Amino acid sequence: MISYLPRYLFNFVFFTLIQVLVLNNIQLSGYVNPYLYVLFIITLPFETPGWLLLLLGFTSGMVVDLFSNTPGMHASATVFVSFLRPYVLRLFAPREEYQPGTIPTMAYYGLGWFFRYAAILVLGHHLFLFFIEVFSLTHFFSTLLRALSSTVFTLLLIIVAQLFSQGKKQGR
Amino acid sequence: MRDFIRFIIKYHFAILFLIIELVCLLLVFNYNAYQRSTFLSSSNALTGGIFKSYNAGAEYLMLREINEDLARENAYLRSRLPESFRASKDYFTLVYDSLSMQEYIYRSARVINNSTNKRFNYLTLNKGRLNGIEPEMGVISNKGAVGIVKNVSDNYSTVISIINTRLKISAKLKESGFFGSVEWDGSSYQYVYLLDIPRHAEVNVGDLVVTSGYSSIFPEGILLGNVENVELEKGASFYRIKVKLSVDFKNLSFVEIIGHSSVDEQIKLEKETEDD
Repeated sequence: MISYLPRYLFNFVFFTLIQVLVLNNIQLSGYVNPYLYVLFIITLPFETPGWLLLLLGFTSGMVVDLFSNTPGMHASATVFVSFLRPYVLRLFAPREEYQPGTIPTMAYYGLGWFFRYAAILVLGHHLFLFFIEVFSLTHFFSTLLRALSSTVFTLLLIIVAQLFSQGKKQGR
Repeated sequence: MRDFIRFIIKYHFAILFLIIELVCLLLVFNYNAYQRSTFLSSSNALTGGIFKSYNAGAEYLMLREINEDLARENAYLRSRLPESFRASKDYFTLVYDSLSMQEYIYRSARVINNSTNKRFNYLTLNKGRLNGIEPEMGVISNKGAVGIVKNVSDNYSTVISIINTRLKISAKLKESGFFGSVEWDGSSYQYVYLLDIPRHAEVNVGDLVVTSGYSSIFPEGILLGNVENVELEKGASFYRIKVKLSVDFKNLSFVEIIGHSSVDEQIKLEKETEDD
């Protein structure tokens, strides 16, 4: 468990910086804002206890909030995702259970599994975030459209990021 | 107790989630102006809407009295028309010049919420900033002074009524011209007290009490009520005069808001004098 620490510390800092420095400035056609930093929560080890998951979710969301000046908005969405994560993992558990010593990434469980798993969490995060941000149901469908299109874009980025880390691993 | 702890341990994940999520939402509402205002204004719209429809019903029941009041006011206004004065060409000339510009502007509004049973009573009117209402404007009904506008939103405004212990209004006795301030003691919605009238003034039961016009909020001579009884404590140099309000605060639906067109000029001048 301790051996994971440097890797996740790096992940945390790296994804947060990418998010606040690059992705927060990207706004494609007013509909698409990718939020890559969720990947940190998504790839945490299977054995992470629930309370730690929630606290890490809160922290990562809060840090992004502090940079984008929206206290609580991202935090509430990431906490929501942290809450969903164990249930989604249980839903997609393979027949022979998750192997010890593995983490929920594409490298271990393949594109198909990872895509389904990440898609649900990212969708949950984006729906929550966009509706908290708009905070009304008056523009329900335009908000929904924004959440969905951003989800697609975020998933794309997540897959790319996973391919990169996979390549690194095989190179080693 | 042990069951309770067991329950907490069993569901600690969900409970912790709820707690943290609550903290997040509190942060959202406290530090994000937009979400906060949406939250507040939607609740305001809800309460405003409820008051409005309640009022629509209550007003219907009071139509007869309102009609009577309006008819009376109509008659009064008709009596003020130029046609109802005898024109005597010997000494009366009407001159239209810029000196006689309009000083007070009246806008009518409807009371949609009203209270009489608290210490700090406020009214809500169905007109706001978009209708030209601003804070510090006077509010009167056809029977007399009602209060002063406190806050305005786009479509609504709140009014401190005279029966609010926080409000003091400058008033005078119509007959003798002695002026003092009108205050409410917080007990009955029908009576206020006129203070600071010196003991050498002549006060009779039934005398009219009107606004003094010194405060620049109300024009001079708006009726407040009439003297109910006069108290003079031993050794006191001022009367304590009980005044029966002419406005029935339990039955108030249409009011007029008074805008004073040269109020800024007056306040500026008074402030300059004070600073000297």
